Amino acid sequence: MTPVGLPHILFLSSCLFFIGMYGFFTRRNLITILMSLELMLNSVNINFVAFNKYLYPQNLSGIFFTIFIITIAAAEAAVAIAIIINLFRSSNSIDVIDAKEMKH
Amino acid sequence: MEFKDIFFYLIALYILGTALMAVNTRKIFRASIWLLFSLIGVAALYFWLNLEFLAAVQVAVYVGGIVVLIIFSIFLTQKSGNQMAKTETTQTVFSALASLLGLAFLSLVLFQHSFGSDQNQELNASIENIGAQMLNPGEGGFLLPFEAVSMLLLAALVGSIVIAMKVKNKENA
Repeated sequence: MTPVGLPHILFLSSCLFFIGMYGFFTRRNLITILMSLELMLNSVNINFVAFNKYLYPQNLSGIFFTIFIITIAAAEAAVAIAIIINLFRSSNSIDVIDAKEMKH
Repeated sequence: MEFKDIFFYLIALYILGTALMAVNTRKIFRASIWLLFSLIGVAALYFWLNLEFLAAVQVAVYVGGIVVLIIFSIFLTQKSGNQMAKTETTQTVFSALASLLGLAFLSLVLFQHSFGSDQNQELNASIENIGAQMLNPGEGGFLLPFEAVSMLLLAALVGSIVIAMKVKNKENA
């Protein structure tokens, strides 16, 4: 067996990404869709860090991208949950099937 | 196989197993707890890569912030003991098929490509280095994105308050 290197970590992150994508497709509850989205964002972070560590160790760009992605994910989760709570207040359900107020 | 490699496989199994449980369990509160375990696993992977600061950020922001926010929103909107409605079988099958095909294609590309590796240099990810580079306005510095992100956080703060605010009745205003 070859020692663990960049391809192993990239394979792990792509598995995590497609698990998140599967959850994104199958779930119908908005909060669980948000959870799948977090899984996908995490897999992207792992990718950035692994490329930075193994291919470009002379600079820190991947680490900075990861830090900024984590920040933006926190902001995105806060706004999404505000929207979800507002939706629950108006239609008493957070199922995507019931969210049809903006349908024309 | 070295000791360090065994640790990597353990962490990978842990992350993928808990992530699979998080997308498959039908109780929403359990899904959020499985997500928490998975995010802790990602923090463990950062520790494995010798990136202590990133692991600390991951634990503080994801595990301490986002998952707690998700759990609060579950308590505000759901009966957390109830099972969620089952997804239609055709939808499950086609989603699994799409994900597996995507994964197969991606791993095919991944394992055919040979990455050149730059092992003679060590990544210097100490907190001093990260902090100095983040606030450096010159070449290779990240001061502009730092300021942009701070504006984004302010906008998200104001925006989420405005969205979640209760609308007053016209008579009371």
